[in-house]
Amino acid sequence: MIRELKTALLMLAVMTILTGLLYPLAITGVAQLAFYRSANGSLIERSGKILGSELIGQPFDDPRYFWGRLSATNPAYNAAASSGSNYGPLNPVLLKAAQARIDALRAADPGNKDLIPVDLVTSSGSGLDPHISPAAAFYEAARVASKRGMAVRRVRALIAAHIETRWLGIFGEPRVNVLELNLALDRMK
Amino acid sequence: MTSNGILRCLLYIGALTALAKPLGEYMARVYEGHAPGLERLIGPLERVVYRLCGVKAGEEMTWQRYSYAMLAFNGVGLLVVYLLQRLQLHLPLNPMRLGAVSPDSAFNTAVSFASNTNWQGYGGETTMSYLTQMLGLTVQNFVSAATGMAILVALIRGFARKQAETIGNFWVDLTRTTLYILLPLSAVLALFLVSQGVVQTFRPSAQATLLQPAKDSKGGIVNEQTIALGPAASQVAIKQLGTNGGGFFNVNSSHPFENPTPLSNFLEMLAINLIGAALCCTFGRMTGDARQGWALFGAMTIIFASLLALCVVMEQKGNPALAKLGVNQAATELQPGGNMEGKEARFGVVDSAIWATATTAASNGSVNSMHDSFTPLGGFVPLVMILLGEIVYGGVGSGLYGMILFVVVAVFLAGLMVGRTPEYLGKKVEAYEMKMASIGILVPAALVLLGTALAVVTAAGRTGPANPGPHGFSEILYAFASAGNNNGSAFAGLSANTFFYNTSLGVTMFFARYWIAIPVLAMAGSLARKKLVPASGGTLPTHTPLFVFFLIAVILLVGALTFFPALALGPVVEHLMLAAR
Repeated sequence: MIRELKTALLMLAVMTILTGLLYPLAITGVAQLAFYRSANGSLIERSGKILGSELIGQPFDDPRYFWGRLSATNPAYNAAASSGSNYGPLNPVLLKAAQARIDALRAADPGNKDLIPVDLVTSSGSGLDPHISPAAAFYEAARVASKRGMAVRRVRALIAAHIETRWLGIFGEPRVNVLELNLALDRMK
Repeated sequence: MTSNGILRCLLYIGALTALAKPLGEYMARVYEGHAPGLERLIGPLERVVYRLCGVKAGEEMTWQRYSYAMLAFNGVGLLVVYLLQRLQLHLPLNPMRLGAVSPDSAFNTAVSFASNTNWQGYGGETTMSYLTQMLGLTVQNFVSAATGMAILVALIRGFARKQAETIGNFWVDLTRTTLYILLPLSAVLALFLVSQGVVQTFRPSAQATLLQPAKDSKGGIVNEQTIALGPAASQVAIKQLGTNGGGFFNVNSSHPFENPTPLSNFLEMLAINLIGAALCCTFGRMTGDARQGWALFGAMTIIFASLLALCVVMEQKGNPALAKLGVNQAATELQPGGNMEGKEARFGVVDSAIWATATTAASNGSVNSMHDSFTPLGGFVPLVMILLGEIVYGGVGSGLYGMILFVVVAVFLAGLMVGRTPEYLGKKVEAYEMKMASIGILVPAALVLLGTALAVVTAAGRTGPANPGPHGFSEILYAFASAGNNNGSAFAGLSANTFFYNTSLGVTMFFARYWIAIPVLAMAGSLARKKLVPASGGTLPTHTPLFVFFLIAVILLVGALTFFPALALGPVVEHLMLAAR
């Protein structure tokens, strides 16, 4: 019995070195050599300044920018403490949050009578979703164009150029990266 | 369901089926002492491990000694994870200077990772240092998975051997599982995930300047975004393959740094059930009748496909309460539509529903969407999958040995009907085996129902739920179901990082794991001692479609009789309320 306990201790020590130290260190080493950018957060840098990560969304409520998903983190899009809302479908707070977003979207673009795509009025699982659906982006196009004094046609073309398609045409959903779209908007002027 | 949705579901099941045979046969050879291809590379390392630990590779163990070794190893592991969390402030690799974890939370997490549950009462990026994640959690991800597979292999030997006193050597099974199966698969998957954008770094968090300054809840201006990083890919790979499920970040695989693309999502989903499905094939091969393995695989797949379809359909229908507000939830080529609360835009409804079904079919418990925000019947699917005992592919090892417990009950019932001595794979199923199978099936059920009852009658339990009404009850039921079957996913609105939930769920996870594992090993010992009964005209064939459907009926009957009242109080009532709006 004592012998098995001793083996258990030794085995845990050996497994800790193998799977807890050597394995993650080896993966880190190869990852840093072969995939430097993606291993370190796919950061968007410009002249030494980090503008964000192409995988992590940012909060937008200025009507000149495209808005992303709602975020349940505090503050919104807090990439140091990810969280979903965890509201059930009948929770009054969920319906209030959706109504508030609907009101904000309608107020910023009173002429737009289209139904609002569901991803614009719901919060993402991570609270950091970098994407919205192309339908959501097109819904916002008229507002962004008018606030920036641009032709709607140009904004819609920009969205179309930013659509990421399904993998193999099958898996995932077509989507648009909100931060990249907004950075591109700022570049257009 | 859209045609694209149906295609995605079929491709998932198809890929799982295609990979089951080659991987299953490879694993069978590993447990028989060979490892084609990797022997030369890993063999020397294996021998070093044995020498360092004083293991005699050829030595066989009785079921009692096998159990003792398993428990000693798990006990020591539990203690180390506890101490690492308590002392992390004084240990290296803690660049964010995260403090000691509270005793009840550390106890909960230690049990959770040693028992292959990976219930997470804490938020990863805000609680655990890099060292704790690596030396504590990642190590347990490997060895708790290897423990489950070792127990299964011992049970398979019980069927395969005749008039034998021993069922293998725990240390050898543990070592070979880790070195020849889990490590190579994890390394390949981890690197692939990094190429997709999963982070793998020891740098502290990055500071980004927001494009548009935002306001926090108190009205203060926020200019910067702190982006948590870390060695995530190496942990994500094994948390998926080893059906552990404990994420590096709080929101698990819905976090873009754990699961950035549809391709990473597909691979992670596949990894959830890959080994569990392949073990059916291993079982068939090691017992000398491949058809027996495929029969179990078939029963699992039928249950999986039916519940998956329900989940996708209900989530795609969306939330009627939102539809009333003038929101477009229709699926088109430009938007996923459906119930998008708690789901990521890159995955949409379909990939989220496949994941939710897969992760609860297995004892994985990782998530790529928030189950708490599913529609009542959409969320009913993962809950039911867990309550059935996670025997559909299931946890690595534990899923198939759980399924074999049901097979034993099924052949016993069939034997009663026709008045013959029940047999399975040439071994007589007698009172002892039935007792062990009953314990293995009843203990988790009792833990789930008693735990839920305790929580709803105590004030400490009732402060947990975040949602009002029946949904709050579902949150509690889901928590105890998840702990009582070593899943680890949650209706995460429940505030479970409290003394009451950390303790009660910790105890539940502990008994759920080991009070099944020991009866299974006892059964293995008893079966190994038996003679082989040659098949005769009166033997019930256990590889036919008839038996497959009989087995499914037994599983559903046991599940329905045990849990229907509880399910009626939670998701069923909520569905009726939602339909009435």
